[in-house]
Amino acid sequence: MKPFEYERADDVAGAVATLERDPDAKYLAGGTNLVDLMRLRVETPSRLVDVNRLDLGGIVVEADGAVRIGAAVRNSDLAADPVIRERYPVLSRALLSAASGQLRNMASVGGNLLQRTRCVYFMDSSKPCNKREPGSGCPAIVGVSRELAILGASEHCIATHPGDMAVALTALDAIVHFETAAGPDSLPMSGFHRLPGDDPSRDTNLPPGALITSVEVPPLSFGGRSTYRKARDRRSYAFALASVAAALDVEDGIIRDLRIAVGAVSHKPWRATVAEELLRGSPATPDRFEAAIRAELDIARPTEQNAFKIPLVTRLVVGVLDELAHP
Amino acid sequence: MSAIGASLARIEGIEKVTGAADYAYETTAEQETLYGWVVQSSIVTGRILDIGVDAVLALPGVVEVVTWRNAPHLEDTGDGELNVLQHAIISYRGQPVAVVIAETLETAREAANVLEVSYSAGESDVLMSPDHLRLYAPDKVNPAFETDSVIGEVDVALADAVTSIDHSYSTPALFNNPMEPHATTAEWQGGRLELVDSTQGSSVTAEQIGALFGIPGEAVHVRAEHVGGGFGSKGSPRPNVPLAAIAAKITGRRVKLAYTRQMMSSLAGYRTPTVSRMRLGADADGRLTAISHEAFSQTSTLFEFAEQTAEATRHMYAAPNRRTTHRLVALDVPTPRWMRAPGECPGMYALESAMDELAAAAGIDPIELRRRNEPERDPELDVPYSSRDLIGCMERGAELFGWAERDPRPAAHIDGRWAIGTGMAASTYPAMAQPSGAVVTAMPDGRYRLGINATDIGTGSRTVMRQIAADALDVEPEAIDIRIADSNLPKASVAGGSSGTASWGWAVTKACRELRISLQTGMTIPPDGITVTATTDAEIAAQEELSRHAFGAQFVEVRVDLDSGEVVVPRMVGVFAAGRIMNPRLARSQFIGAMTMGLGMALHEVGELDTVLGDYANHDFATYHIPACADVKDIRVEWLDEEDTHLSPMGGKGIGEIGIVGAAAAVANAVAHATGIRVRDLPIQPDKLIADLPARF
Ligand SMILES: Cc1cc2nc3c(=O)[nH]c(=O)nc-3n(C[C@H](O)[C@H](O)[C@H](O)COP(=O)(O)OP(=O)(O)OC[C@H]3O[C@@H](n4cnc5c(N)ncnc54)[C@H](O)[C@@H]3O)c2cc1C
Repeated sequence: MKPFEYERADDVAGAVATLERDPDAKYLAGGTNLVDLMRLRVETPSRLVDVNRLDLGGIVVEADGAVRIGAAVRNSDLAADPVIRERYPVLSRALLSAASGQLRNMASVGGNLLQRTRCVYFMDSSKPCNKREPGSGCPAIVGVSRELAILGASEHCIATHPGDMAVALTALDAIVHFETAAGPDSLPMSGFHRLPGDDPSRDTNLPPGALITSVEVPPLSFGGRSTYRKARDRRSYAFALASVAAALDVEDGIIRDLRIAVGAVSHKPWRATVAEELLRGSPATPDRFEAAIRAELDIARPTEQNAFKIPLVTRLVVGVLDELAHP
Repeated sequence: MSAIGASLARIEGIEKVTGAADYAYETTAEQETLYGWVVQSSIVTGRILDIGVDAVLALPGVVEVVTWRNAPHLEDTGDGELNVLQHAIISYRGQPVAVVIAETLETAREAANVLEVSYSAGESDVLMSPDHLRLYAPDKVNPAFETDSVIGEVDVALADAVTSIDHSYSTPALFNNPMEPHATTAEWQGGRLELVDSTQGSSVTAEQIGALFGIPGEAVHVRAEHVGGGFGSKGSPRPNVPLAAIAAKITGRRVKLAYTRQMMSSLAGYRTPTVSRMRLGADADGRLTAISHEAFSQTSTLFEFAEQTAEATRHMYAAPNRRTTHRLVALDVPTPRWMRAPGECPGMYALESAMDELAAAAGIDPIELRRRNEPERDPELDVPYSSRDLIGCMERGAELFGWAERDPRPAAHIDGRWAIGTGMAASTYPAMAQPSGAVVTAMPDGRYRLGINATDIGTGSRTVMRQIAADALDVEPEAIDIRIADSNLPKASVAGGSSGTASWGWAVTKACRELRISLQTGMTIPPDGITVTATTDAEIAAQEELSRHAFGAQFVEVRVDLDSGEVVVPRMVGVFAAGRIMNPRLARSQFIGAMTMGLGMALHEVGELDTVLGDYANHDFATYHIPACADVKDIRVEWLDEEDTHLSPMGGKGIGEIGIVGAAAAVANAVAHATGIRVRDLPIQPDKLIADLPARF
């Protein structure tokens, strides 16, 4: 681990100012991702600004019905929150499908959103990786790519956002609030993570030095009829091969509205807008579900190793929508 | 009452669960110790051009950097993996190129991280295949079996068979991941070397490390009081031992060195990938007329390790025409070595999958097929079995599992999202014993001191040795103080080949019996006691020629998620006939542990090879999956009472490995039954099933 300075932030403005002065500094929340990556020399921050003492906790229902979740809320607390469980089971289930009990007790909402890819080349500092070392190359494209992207990848990077929580938040049209030296600002989940393009080093559109303060989940009338399913290589404590976050509003067998987001298939949680469009107003039947997700995956460009994600996502989405259609 | 057979708890159990037990990395006072960190090659083959030693030596706290330029000379002992830092040539990605030694662990690690090594890289070849151009037949396969064995006219019999199958089955590279990674503390005291090592055998470590440094084995003192597992990867020294010894020599200080989890895949010895081409032919009654098992695996360019993949096939089923062959290719890879049931484990996955396919092709129940091919004598050695109760295991297993209700049709049982199926497979493992010595002393206060150079790699052998001694001395186990895992004790065999209990227990029994005879002569016991030392070389050499094997049968239910191809195993049943069971509590955890490891082999574990960068790319527990608690549901284990008088005096066959043998085949057979999809390349992950699963809607 490269030696670094450590300081504990007392207020948001001070934390933001420190990162403004020292662009190589990083915020430290639960540390479950950052500290691992520092040990592996994938991350080499000059300074850690510990944000755990900031007042960024709490899960609050706002006047307009939106739920505001503090950036410091631990994943286990968020998953267990009665409001979340009732209004957005998809979010609770996504969180519970992730990592282990111990990790969820440490992991924060802000840190979870910014967790880095699990591409094995990114994690191994003895190897090339355009995300870790821009311009060094992407060995994954011809190498071990079974878990990597099939949608929106570039010739420079086929990494995925590996997380589960962000997939649910994408389906729920959540908004990420943050603070920079210029003041408060926000990004919708759909524009929070980005595609790698020719700059894979950047995972998100968050401005440099920004401190995430909260995540706002807008009200969703049919949010109670939502779920999350994750396919993986073992039954717990494994990242997704593919996952689906979905919510469905059906009346008399006809879909009034729906949300579908797919995880572990792209550099960002993939909102299945093409499929949603096709299904809105259509009968809630497996053949319609299948046709819609096939249309969504039309632009998929898998490697030989991850081509299985196309039938996997197809079957998962059909299975999940069918489950929601027949509660 | 006999102590053997009692479910005694581990003697050191409390020490272990309270953290009081010291492992190899924990045994010395921190302030006196230096820390070594291994620097690994980032090329596959070629030469080291330069190593930026000076820049790193300038860092505060760094004491020394050992490279091929300043490492002491090591003798050539025939294992190139141990001849660390002797020259600039690189033979695989991940090979040690330097050891950084520093005052603290953190300093050593960071200095190792920034050490600049420049290379000139050569061509490399890391991909094993059954049609590789450089395949060859080794002289012997591990440890000393015939490479090829041909009896009768296999091809003629296959051509004439009423039912036959011809399929290839593969297993990937699998990594040894005991809880405790390899670790060594080394210190030179004059010309003597003191080692605290995480090893499965301190006698063999002392001998091999002595030979490497050109000193007698007696000049190397090895202790291994507590060892956190091994699976075979600590059955002989790995590079950590000479690296620590070199670091201690060059600094004149005590040095600790341990592997990270990431280093385990390249520096601990792993299970080779294997391919088995299986051809079986049967007559109209399902009697095998021919068995052909052609096995392929890899070794490194530094040491020849030839997995005996087809060896178990030689002893399983009757057939007049039989052929087993082994071919090997030496690649630019780390050396594959032993991993729990080397040979039997991948080979029986192939044979027991093939038997299941034959049963389906012939329309015969898998248990019945095996029953019809039960041999009278060992079909290969043409000698009797010391005992063999595969049929008893299958019958009891079938009863426990409810096999009789099984509908044999594939993909016939769908319950909503789930395709449900069942499968079974046979298990086997040889019952072996090696010569060992033991020393026992009767003290004037009525207590006994037992010294046996066993290693307890978590199995409970310390406890079992005391049980065996208690019976041989006819005293309570608590009257015996036991010392193990110290090379100053009489030489003893390694904790390997499921032979520890038989080998050490035999010596313990002999020493204790001889002591009782001395005591019966009525002499008074002097203050430092009466001591008897015994070795079993003569007894083991005098064993009559018999086929000695344990057998078992495993039954598995799977549920396959039709939306995702994920496989869940709600229950496994294993029934074993392994001679006398010394300690049911400890035995049960060996069987359950090995079956769980077999489950991991079936569903999760795979070293993913990067043929360009030349290594296994997934080398941590986030990417190399072993079963989690959620994967392991109901595992039920039983054993049959089996009396076999042709074994050690205690009558046990060894139980550390048999549980992993056949487990993966039973899972694969159940998946084939559930889905109609036969996966012949482990592991059975969703990608192998998803495209061909039965439709749900
Ligand atoms: C073995 C293992 C298995 C896992 N499995 C899964 C899984 O299955 N699914 C899954 O989704 N996740 C999984 N995770 C990842 C886990 O969810 C993340 O590590 C965790 O959510 C990160 O949160 P943290 O608070 O610990 O972040 P940290 O490690 O503290 O920080 C992560 C990043 O976020 C930045 N950061 C933290 N807080 C803020 C803030 N308020 N504003 C701006 N930047 C901030 C940090 O600077 C850092 O760059 C796993 C992790 C491990 C170690």
